[in-house]
Amino acid sequence: MPSLDDLRKRITSVKSTQKITKAMKMVAAAKLRKAQENAEKGRPYSKKMNNVILNLSKSITDKENAPKLLVGTGEEKVHLCIVLTADRGLCGGFNTNIIKKAKSYFEKIISKNKTLKIITVGSKGYDQLKRQYKSYIIENISFKESKNINYFDADKVGKIIIEKFEKNEFDVCAIFYNKFKNVITQIPQEQQIVPLNEDKDDKDDSGNDNDYEFEPDEDEILSNLLPKNISTQIFKAMLENSASEQGSRMTAMDNATRNAGELVDRLTIEYNRSRQAAITKELIEIISGAESL
Amino acid sequence: MSNLFNIDIVNPDQSFLSKDNVFEVVIPAVEGEIGILKDHIPIISFLKPGIIKVFSETEEQNFYVEDGIVEFKDNTLSVLTSSIFDLKDADKNFVSESISSAEAELSKDNIDDQKRFLLNHKVEVLKSISIN
Repeated sequence: MPSLDDLRKRITSVKSTQKITKAMKMVAAAKLRKAQENAEKGRPYSKKMNNVILNLSKSITDKENAPKLLVGTGEEKVHLCIVLTADRGLCGGFNTNIIKKAKSYFEKIISKNKTLKIITVGSKGYDQLKRQYKSYIIENISFKESKNINYFDADKVGKIIIEKFEKNEFDVCAIFYNKFKNVITQIPQEQQIVPLNEDKDDKDDSGNDNDYEFEPDEDEILSNLLPKNISTQIFKAMLENSASEQGSRMTAMDNATRNAGELVDRLTIEYNRSRQAAITKELIEIISGAESL
Repeated sequence: MSNLFNIDIVNPDQSFLSKDNVFEVVIPAVEGEIGILKDHIPIISFLKPGIIKVFSETEEQNFYVEDGIVEFKDNTLSVLTSSIFDLKDADKNFVSESISSAEAELSKDNIDDQKRFLLNHKVEVLKSISIN
């Protein structure tokens, strides 16, 4: 049985924790609005980009000589996985969900005896993966210094990928991130970017039978466009991720605040009870003392 | 019949410009400038550093772009670019910085002809901006 003093201390400590989680929730809510706006503003670009590439790849007849970024190297031996996570914790299952998704993919690859290479973006992902997959991680990128998500950062990651591809360091590349659906739901995503898989979400079915005029020719446009598309896809993933992170943190902190409230209520009842018991005990002692006289 | 069409200029992080009352747009495509009017045939091309001129009923707007992709289809011109600014809000410092960084790049030996051409062109366009 904890003493009254212990209980009082416990209540104060829970209350101050509650204050912190409440503040974090409100900060996350404010950031979420901005991040969500950004994510929505960024969607048209990646959507248009996808459409252009789709139209282009349809008009390519000579599949053999098509750019490798589009059709792949013809092999599937080395898989490169880009795992995008947050730089900060305390956001519920946000990071864990991405890692879980990524891990199941890793296991599949390892069990098929293929080579696995991992690049982590964001320090939380690195922290969680290094225990188990340390030997596979080839690079760890973090954008802690940049305040906002910007295209420049995404482009850096994109360039690393292209560089590795040109050196034939991998055959297939997939990215892992959380797609923002709403504040409560974020869906961990696995998206293959090399060779390019059609993204079903971004598909626009507005009859693509147009005969385009290309200037210069298709191949040259494609080879120019595909590296850009990789950066764009990563940028999109980063935007979705940041909105998801804030959403996830907001829900997590909201829950924590509520839990703390419940805990304070319970502790207060316990505190009052034991205070009452102490008073009763003292009274009994006095009365029985007086009776024995 | 009207001779107007739509233009959408999008950046990776936002929609930059969206208009539905333009009658001519001149874009600096990689193989030369293209003027686009309504009912142009579908075209995909990419940009070199230069100036996009947008003529609408009421005004004429000029934008500097560094690179990007254009697609024209169903009377909608989409321009995807990561570096664009309105000539009216051109920042003198930024322009001169871009010129000097491009010139520094030019002075390196290990660049190929195509890149050299693009850089030369970029310097030229940027200089013409800073004069105005």
